Amino acid sequence: MRIGVFVCHCGSNIEGTVDTATVAKASLDFPEVVYATDTMYACSEPGQDGIIQAIKDKNLTGVVVASCTPRMHEPTFRRAVERAGLNRFMFEMANIREHVSWIGRDREANTNKSVDLVRIAVEKLRRDAPLIPSKFSVNKRVMVIGGGVAGIQAALDCADGGLEVVLVERESSIGGKMAKLDKTFPTVDCSSCILGPKMVDVAQHPNITLHAYSEVDSIGGYVGNFQVQVKKRATYVDWELCTGCGACMEKCPSKKNPDAFNEKIGPCTSINIPFPQAIPKKAVIDPTTCRQFVKGKCGVCAKVCPTGAIKYDMTDEIVTEDVGAIVAATGYDLFDISKVTEYGGGRYPDVITGLQYERLLSASGPTGGHIKRPSDGKEPKNIVFIQCVGSRDKSLDRPYCSGFCCMYTAKQTILTKDHIPDSQSYVFYMDIRSPGKMYDEFTRRAMEEYGARYIRGRVAMVYPKGDKMIVRGADTLAGTQVEIEADLVVLAAGAEAAKGAPQLAEKLRISYDKYGFFMESHPKLKPVETNTAGVYLAGSCQGPKDIPQSVGQGSAAAAKVLALFSKDMLESDPQISRVDIKRCVGCGKCIMTCPFKAIKEVEFRGQKKAEVIETVCQGCGICTSTCPQGAIQLSHFTDNQILAEVNALCQS
Amino acid sequence: MSEAIAYYPGCSGLGTSKEYDTSTRAVCAALGLSLVDIPDWSCCGSSPAHTKDHVLSAALAARNLQLVSDMGLKAAATPCPSCLTNLRTANHRCEAAPFKAKVDKLLDDPYAGGVNAVSVLQALTEMVGLDTVKSAVRTPLKGLKVACYYGCIMNRPPELMAFDDCENPMAMDNILAAMGAEVVPFPLKVECCGASYGIPRPDVVAKLSGKLLDAAVGVGADMVAVACPLCQMNLDLRQGQVNRAGGTNFRMPVPYFTQLMAVALNIADEEIGFSKLCVDPRPVLSKALAVAD
Ligand SMILES: Cc1cc2nc3c(=O)[nH]c(=O)nc-3n(C[C@H](O)[C@H](O)[C@H](O)COP(=O)(O)OP(=O)(O)OC[C@H]3O[C@@H](n4cnc5c(N)ncnc54)[C@H](O)[C@@H]3O)c2cc1C
Ligand code: SF4
Ligand code: SF4
Ligand code: SF4
Ligand code: SF4
Repeated sequence: MRIGVFVCHCGSNIEGTVDTATVAKASLDFPEVVYATDTMYACSEPGQDGIIQAIKDKNLTGVVVASCTPRMHEPTFRRAVERAGLNRFMFEMANIREHVSWIGRDREANTNKSVDLVRIAVEKLRRDAPLIPSKFSVNKRVMVIGGGVAGIQAALDCADGGLEVVLVERESSIGGKMAKLDKTFPTVDCSSCILGPKMVDVAQHPNITLHAYSEVDSIGGYVGNFQVQVKKRATYVDWELCTGCGACMEKCPSKKNPDAFNEKIGPCTSINIPFPQAIPKKAVIDPTTCRQFVKGKCGVCAKVCPTGAIKYDMTDEIVTEDVGAIVAATGYDLFDISKVTEYGGGRYPDVITGLQYERLLSASGPTGGHIKRPSDGKEPKNIVFIQCVGSRDKSLDRPYCSGFCCMYTAKQTILTKDHIPDSQSYVFYMDIRSPGKMYDEFTRRAMEEYGARYIRGRVAMVYPKGDKMIVRGADTLAGTQVEIEADLVVLAAGAEAAKGAPQLAEKLRISYDKYGFFMESHPKLKPVETNTAGVYLAGSCQGPKDIPQSVGQGSAAAAKVLALFSKDMLESDPQISRVDIKRCVGCGKCIMTCPFKAIKEVEFRGQKKAEVIETVCQGCGICTSTCPQGAIQLSHFTDNQILAEVNALCQS
Repeated sequence: MSEAIAYYPGCSGLGTSKEYDTSTRAVCAALGLSLVDIPDWSCCGSSPAHTKDHVLSAALAARNLQLVSDMGLKAAATPCPSCLTNLRTANHRCEAAPFKAKVDKLLDDPYAGGVNAVSVLQALTEMVGLDTVKSAVRTPLKGLKVACYYGCIMNRPPELMAFDDCENPMAMDNILAAMGAEVVPFPLKVECCGASYGIPRPDVVAKLSGKLLDAAVGVGADMVAVACPLCQMNLDLRQGQVNRAGGTNFRMPVPYFTQLMAVALNIADEEIGFSKLCVDPRPVLSKALAVAD
């Protein structure tokens, strides 16, 4: 092998504390190194040209670049050596920036350590073999999980791009939280007026198949070829026949059930269509309250339904959808306010969440758009809003900011004034977080034009006195205690990961953070990708986001899917595990340990053997350390290579 | 089924809250929870010691905890939340070895550790249990509207006290409900009564305790049940001061919750000790129970 070593200055990033010329010179003593030099910026165009030229001039067959972390530039340099005619895996990187120059000041020690890291890289490179990716075909259908505004946007963009889309929504209608909102900041336009048309587009788009009231049961396969089992939950109504006329809802005698769409501040019937603009507009029976199920007699809806759609004996159904990519857009849920016992949410009817307040403001809500407080239906005059409930609070294990509640609280004070001109809103806040176009102006308008009184400080407790709620808190700007007699208290409950998010992440084989939000592949540069190829994220399933951000991500995820599907064939990463069939004893330990289910059992001449499914293996290498026979080896990271690196280090 | 726990009455149990002590002993005996006195117990360290010197106050507490350990017991119950705070704080602080070394230096007999301190309320909840309480009732407190007031330190800080919800505790509510009382939802359960400000700033106590009494009247309570000698004193003994300061006219009985339990368990009057209270609960009690009949 003829190895060339390139030691990068990274301007002064590395050269400042590492003598790169000395490192290059020392490299010439390593086996099979025939050329070594230092270079100003290896990743720049002249830097890459220098590498390519040297490969040609010196007939190099392998290259080591000693520079920065491979996470950023390994692909850059692999492409460069490939342009010079080498296999892209005949390349190694030594990280002398993050691992050396940025963490130590002693130039001599740093130089010596850099020499060692190059020595290690050379020993690994000497045992590298050219690897050729294999190609496989792509199924150009995409599944979007979650039909909130982010999922709707992703589905529409993909469908407009010519892809077949399968949209899976857990509730009986798409729309997510946005469908429950009255108006939206910062323009105060009606939420259902801007969301409604998009929902109708979903229903009417020839490329979109919608599975509502459904959930993902299991996911198999890999990028380009996923098989997803979708569980269509029993609705007890044949949706082919149901016309959404609502005759059943009028006659259903079981009328006093908490209405989930109205955030449980209004009642609904056991057979229900959640809201007038629902897509699909179909009825669902709740068997936990329906008299036919609970008491075994009623059957009123079956009698009144003009199309005979009611089917009490319906069961869950599983359908399989084959898709090539998946967009997760499962959104968020609200923090449970009853956990903040000092505010009495869940105990006192007039302490409600912001989302419940949206339903009180909405013309399609339980009060027809008149603000009436839950306890006695009276119109409130003094309304206290408390921000950051279940956000920015370590004691509740919710240290993060939910991002949109400062804005929606400001919006709600404006709407309150519009609804009840002689009302007074008070807002307890920690600080106002309103970055964004026209956002800070919006919160100022709430204070200056609409007279909302903003009090900086936390509320210590809320308790009832007569028919008022006493809100006691601190005004930290005035340095005093304040007590406000409120008629209604609205808590800006923070955002949490959607229920079931961790379980879905495990099915998708993507990571999630300790709060259950899905993890993007890179917090800055890959915001909608995940660490599983072919799975993308959109909206607040990744972390709290407002509507503009969620929609932006929906479009971004769609662009990623369209780019992926722009090729007919995909290349698989050849850095995967392979089984040496002679050594494998068929014990199956690797099968149990592989987190990606990438190893299967096969029969070979009557004997059990393990076999790696090329396209599923993610190259994590866990199996290689499990196999008692050393029979399974990760290409490009074989045991021999790792031991050679250790040897090189120990002998230096 | 007699379970045993060491019993630490605290100094007020011998004086200002004697009726809390006698009713606690009688109730526990009736419910099969055996309270074993700690021989030669001494100050828990909560009085002036803890404001001056943490080591001294922990040493005072640890002496008692070690006495419990010598008895071969692992836990002590105390009716007084102040004692409880101090015993638990001492335990917590002694988890740090350097601190414990300083404490042990002050003690003849170093503290071996591992003795848990709980409130009588916690012991009744966890060692006796609501089912037993319920089945032991002889005279249900039917028709009696009780507001349960826990005081501000009974469950706080939550990491230290590690029992019940610190903002909306329910243990006393549950026990008195099990005894048949109509427990009214009392919003100021854990608000401060003014505590020891009664001496330097009686005006503060008059205001804070006044709020509590006002809230209790507001929710229609016949009486306020308490679990703390100091709260009891502020709400009961100082009720006259509260009335004078606020121009109010409260006549709210403030018995210990154990006294109400004792009534339901048909325990003798001397042990219940209603005569020790300033606002006598007996007229209201007999009226409520009679109406219910
Ligand atoms: C009170 C309140 C007021 C707000 N006001 C505004 C405003 O005025 N302007 C603004 O920009 N933002 C506002 N927001 C924020 C807004 O709600 C979000 O930005 C938006 O809803 C995020 O959309 P999403 O699609 O990411 O998530 P969601 O709206 O939560 O949608 C997620 C969808 O996925 C479905 N789902 C969940 N799990 C699964 C699963 N496992 N399988 C299948 N489907 C699943 C859910 O049923 C839901 O339909 C407000 C939020 C609140 C709480
Ligand atoms: S290759 Fe890495 S170390 Fe070298 S200049 Fe580029 S960023 Fe800096
Ligand atoms: S059968 Fe159930 S859903 Fe239908 S009308 Fe009766 S209660 Fe309502
Ligand atoms: S957005 Fe505002 S209200 Fe919401 S958590 Fe952040 S700071 Fe608190
Ligand atoms: S390398 Fe990882 S993903 Fe691949 S087969 Fe082994 S354990 Fe599975």
